Amino acid sequence: MKLETLKELNAERAARRPVIIITDTSNGEQRLVKAKDIAADPLRAELSKQLRMGKSGNVEVAGKKLFLNVYAPTAKLVIVGAVHISQALAPLARSLDYDVTVVDPRTAFASPERFPDVPLVAEWPDVALPPLNIDPYTAFVAVTHDPKIDDPALMHAFDRGCFYIGALGSRKTHAKRAERLRAQGAKDSDIARIHAPIGLDIGAVSPAEIAVAIMAEITAQLRLPPKEKEEAA
Amino acid sequence: MLNRDEDILQAAEAWQKQGHGVALATVVDTWGSAPRPAGSSLVINDEGTFLGSVSGGCVEGAVVTEALDVISSGQPKMLEFGVADETAWNVGLSCGGTIRVFVEKVG
Repeated sequence: MKLETLKELNAERAARRPVIIITDTSNGEQRLVKAKDIAADPLRAELSKQLRMGKSGNVEVAGKKLFLNVYAPTAKLVIVGAVHISQALAPLARSLDYDVTVVDPRTAFASPERFPDVPLVAEWPDVALPPLNIDPYTAFVAVTHDPKIDDPALMHAFDRGCFYIGALGSRKTHAKRAERLRAQGAKDSDIARIHAPIGLDIGAVSPAEIAVAIMAEITAQLRLPPKEKEEAA
Repeated sequence: MLNRDEDILQAAEAWQKQGHGVALATVVDTWGSAPRPAGSSLVINDEGTFLGSVSGGCVEGAVVTEALDVISSGQPKMLEFGVADETAWNVGLSCGGTIRVFVEKVG
């Protein structure tokens, strides 16, 4: 790998932008494709498929065996609400290699004793969220069950293109939430993006099982192609 | 502590800047049960220091030796590792899979 390519790769990764390195394994020839250039690339079909899967692999093009190494940004999970579900969700997400942050202005909830090894921000969403740089490789969940905290957090997430947004609450609670968010200027398309009730319907009862349901739903949103994604949602 | 890909690649750049010879080894193919997926990588410098992994620790020793060769020759190499051959004491994968590892010089 040329030093220039390596530098460019590191710079893109630091900026949390996906990159694919294409290597001809017969002679070591290599090129780097940035996410924004995929649409115009001759290998766009192969590149976008591998990128969507977040998976590296080989393709054969015109008799050449090429290795496509996908460097997707590390996925982040932002959890608003240092509640019981979050205590199970944070370590679960970490075991799946997510960078996890928990936000809750209520210091009794957001205590290091309850959340060992997890970055914890005991601030209101308007202070806590902007520095977290929520982006399309971020999953966002609001689970405080308190509109004062969840609502402004969701309003922030709408603008950031998160690949997943989920909020705790029954259908009835969610209908009221939708009304409140609309009154604050949220678009119907924003509200439609919220997964609520949160998590896949697997009959989860305990906080730990709800965490599994949430993580399964997040995984489906991250990995499934658009059509199957709609069916799973 | 586990090293993520981003740490490994940054180490590669840092070593290069310090004047070290550096090689990058990447899993490009796996068959059967393999410990690390395609895309997993390992960087090695000319002192034999390495970060990352291409297997569960089975073949790293051999990869480092080959990488030192690649650093001095500048020629990339494709390595293949299968099941450990007990009689010959060759390195291999005890899990029964096969992997191919592409080793290239950085710079």
